Amino acid sequence: MSIIIKKTDDIRPSEITSKSVYLQRREFIKKMGLTATALLGGAHLSLAEAKAYPELVKSKFSTADKLTSLNDVTGYNNFYEFGTGKYDPAKHAKSFNPKPWSIAVEGEVEKPGVFDLEDFIKPYALEERIYRFRCVEGWSMVIPWVGFPLADMIKRFKPTSKAKYVEFVTLYDKEKMPGQAIKVLPWPYTEGLRMDEAMNPLTLMAVGLYGDELPNQNGAPVRLVVPWKYGFKNIKSIVKIRFTETEPVSTWHKIGASEYGFYANVNPQVDHPRWSQKTERRIGEPFWSPKIKTQMFNGYAEQVAHLYTGMDLEKLF
Amino acid sequence: MSFQKLFKPVTFVLCVLPLLLIVLKGFNNNLGVNPAETILDTMGSWAIYILLITLSVTPIRKLTGWGGVIRLRRMLGLFVFFYVCLHFLSYIWFDQYFDWNEILKDIIKRPFITLGFATFVLLIPLAVTSNNRMMLRLKKRWKLLHQLIYPIAIMATLHFFWMTRADYTQPVMIAMILSALLAYRLVLYYQKKPQPVRKQSGHRSSTDR
Repeated sequence: MSIIIKKTDDIRPSEITSKSVYLQRREFIKKMGLTATALLGGAHLSLAEAKAYPELVKSKFSTADKLTSLNDVTGYNNFYEFGTGKYDPAKHAKSFNPKPWSIAVEGEVEKPGVFDLEDFIKPYALEERIYRFRCVEGWSMVIPWVGFPLADMIKRFKPTSKAKYVEFVTLYDKEKMPGQAIKVLPWPYTEGLRMDEAMNPLTLMAVGLYGDELPNQNGAPVRLVVPWKYGFKNIKSIVKIRFTETEPVSTWHKIGASEYGFYANVNPQVDHPRWSQKTERRIGEPFWSPKIKTQMFNGYAEQVAHLYTGMDLEKLF
Repeated sequence: MSFQKLFKPVTFVLCVLPLLLIVLKGFNNNLGVNPAETILDTMGSWAIYILLITLSVTPIRKLTGWGGVIRLRRMLGLFVFFYVCLHFLSYIWFDQYFDWNEILKDIIKRPFITLGFATFVLLIPLAVTSNNRMMLRLKKRWKLLHQLIYPIAIMATLHFFWMTRADYTQPVMIAMILSALLAYRLVLYYQKKPQPVRKQSGHRSSTDR
């Protein structure tokens, strides 16, 4: 019996066993109670420990804030497609298989098309970006995303002069996303950005976190990250990107326009009608300690404040 | 007889259990990713659950004929107050960190917090007058006062509805159970009404709620 162990540099991402398969296999081995577990599992582990994205470009936009643990980032979030509780996605997204995945680019672009995920990502040098993440509910995390600037992608598809907004659509498949069986939200989930917001260098298309592939519960295989906006703008498991002339529908804005604006910029001065947005609970900090102060544009004012000059942020929240 | 005597201590232990569990989990670092939220929500939920159990005492007594259950009601009611206090304390501590100015603004500005606070305030006179001495002193007014539990239950349920973002499963279930319990009172009320000629059956009325 021979085991070929490649050096990490020789391994293409496509060759690496996906985490879910890997976990399933481990589960299987455990259940069988094989005596050979030590040998098989041991050899397997050395491969799996090699992360999907071992070499990433460090970003100047990364924050120095203390990272939220992987366990917390992957164990607590809102992803109603897998249940409405914040512990549901981790539980219910286990069997979700994001491969194969294709993304449709349509609307006001010169080069529309349907792309396989791998082809879609290939042109870009992936970066690590450590961003603050602020949920509209009042909690926050610090997450090391893996991704590429949305602007680079947009340039590639050459939007026409009519393209004023970008719309994103999440997968709608009740079989794969059990939470969609209940109509808590009007499926599919949609989000949108104004073109200048989409082109801002901070706006990221994320395909991973903590140097690894995006976990299912965090929006595998590809999601949006807009760090100066509330979490719900960061649409997950994207299957369609459409360039439009009119403002796209934002799902939460649609079901509660008085509570969730289209812009949804983090703003401690504009409260959610039902709770204050002045402070936030940083996940991982002792619960008996005071919450931290929420910053304007989540601390990214320097990069994005100019996008909103002259706008009444009380009205266009 | 000794079986009957066990009910009170057993109910007491069962009512303390949610708090005990939270404390244990706290020591084991097992309160979830957002412990502040876990504590706040758990205390609020148990306040409502025990409130519904308290309101079930009369239906259980009438429907099963088991009179002994009535002796649990005061304790159940006090546990409702206990968990509401812990819920409120969690809000003051974890959510606002004793920023009284912000708390005041919150209570005035946000309807669901206004409602939650009003529920808490209305429970205070009930808790204060729950002992035998006050019962004897207030006589008929005691019964009237303690009928406040009905608006309190409705307000607590609304408070729960109002803080929900999209999934109303839990508050709807609470509302349905509460509606059934309140409807039962209406049935009792209208069953009694047709015989106003007879003079009241005085000695029972103080507990018929």
